[in-house]
Amino acid sequence: MDDLVAGLLAGKVRPLAKAITVVENDRPGKRELLKKIYPQTGNAYLLGITGPPGAGKSTLTDKVIVKLRQQGKTVGVIAVDPSSPFSGGAILGDRIRMQQHALDDGVFIRSMATRSHLGGLSKSAVDVIHLMDAAGKDVIIIETVGVGQDEVDIVRIAKTTVVVMVPGLGDSVQIAKAGVMEIADVFAVNKADRDGSDKLISELRAMLDMVKNKEKPEIFRTIAVDDTGIDELVQGIYAHGDRVLETGLLRKKIVEIAESELRAYLLDTIMERSTNMASYEDVVKRVADKKITPMDGVDEIFIGLGLQKQN
Amino acid sequence: MDKKIKVLVAKPGLDGHDRGAKVVSRALRDAGMEVIYTGIRQTPEQIVATAVQEDVDSIGLSCLSGAHNKLFPKVVDLLKEKGAEDVLVFGGGIIPDEDIPGLKEAGIAEIFLPGTSTEDTIAFIKNNVTQA
Repeated sequence: MDDLVAGLLAGKVRPLAKAITVVENDRPGKRELLKKIYPQTGNAYLLGITGPPGAGKSTLTDKVIVKLRQQGKTVGVIAVDPSSPFSGGAILGDRIRMQQHALDDGVFIRSMATRSHLGGLSKSAVDVIHLMDAAGKDVIIIETVGVGQDEVDIVRIAKTTVVVMVPGLGDSVQIAKAGVMEIADVFAVNKADRDGSDKLISELRAMLDMVKNKEKPEIFRTIAVDDTGIDELVQGIYAHGDRVLETGLLRKKIVEIAESELRAYLLDTIMERSTNMASYEDVVKRVADKKITPMDGVDEIFIGLGLQKQN
Repeated sequence: MDKKIKVLVAKPGLDGHDRGAKVVSRALRDAGMEVIYTGIRQTPEQIVATAVQEDVDSIGLSCLSGAHNKLFPKVVDLLKEKGAEDVLVFGGGIIPDEDIPGLKEAGIAEIFLPGTSTEDTIAFIKNNVTQA
């Protein structure tokens, strides 16, 4: 474990990769590992990149990495793809667009499947961010479809979140219902050479006009495949980051992240201890038989755990 | 919690025939594995760097160009260099029978030829990966 931590803090690839596996699979030693690296975290710029499937997130991420590398920054990428709800397996294909960086020591890319357990992804993704942070990555990019609470949670912890949109996916109602207006700090309208991009931008602007008490996100046109607009996008990202710092929003975000981490572990711990109790099955059975209400069941479990009964 | 088997499916070399690699990827996913697919035209160096970062349990190499005798052993050698020799490497594609013993000697655990049932590949991986 000490070797692993030392290697990771020295920025070595294999220890970081192994440490991520420990965290992702909840292996023994996870707690000790996180305890040792936690004080070394908090330095990286967290950048979320989200948007619908096929919007060009991976290609855009690839091009953003190029710019960051030109500026001499080291980059960590967490590329999230969904797990199959049927088999639990996953095909993680985001790397296809980023393989030009495979041999660059300054870029560490890790694919993660959503694995559909409660709060699971957000929790382990945050831990993976900590590991990359401790390993000295200057910028950590989290790329995800951003659908579902778990993924929205991850995106929310980013200092700056880029929402990638493309023309032709639907009208303004789609924009409104997806919840992207709330999470976007910066918009990238990708594939901007396609029909409908002007319309999409004007619809976005109209929606943004209704945004109150929040800074209006800037909109950038990009054509990621041929590197158009990426310089401007990266500048826009940093400009947002600076504003977050100035307004004191960053501290608020950090506290929010800490709270959501704490909550995830709290829920997990309570669930684990409860389900490990001998009487747990019996409580479930009595609720099923309508002998007691679920709330009464919770009281019983809490008493069993030595906790105070709810009022 | 259950341990997920992570497999990198990669196509070294210059041929662009990726149907087989995609079919295998899909089958492994349906068997509950997490598959990282990196696309066509990968160098052994890229494949091994990816395998190390992703900390995979196994690598499946697909090659239909005839360059398997060079490319497959190179992947195994580079894994050793990186201290990742515990990764199970298997291969598939258009591979002449007489090449198979040499590939196995070079450290490729198994070669799957056209017509192999995906069930066989799945069973082979499940039975042979070492999960630390």
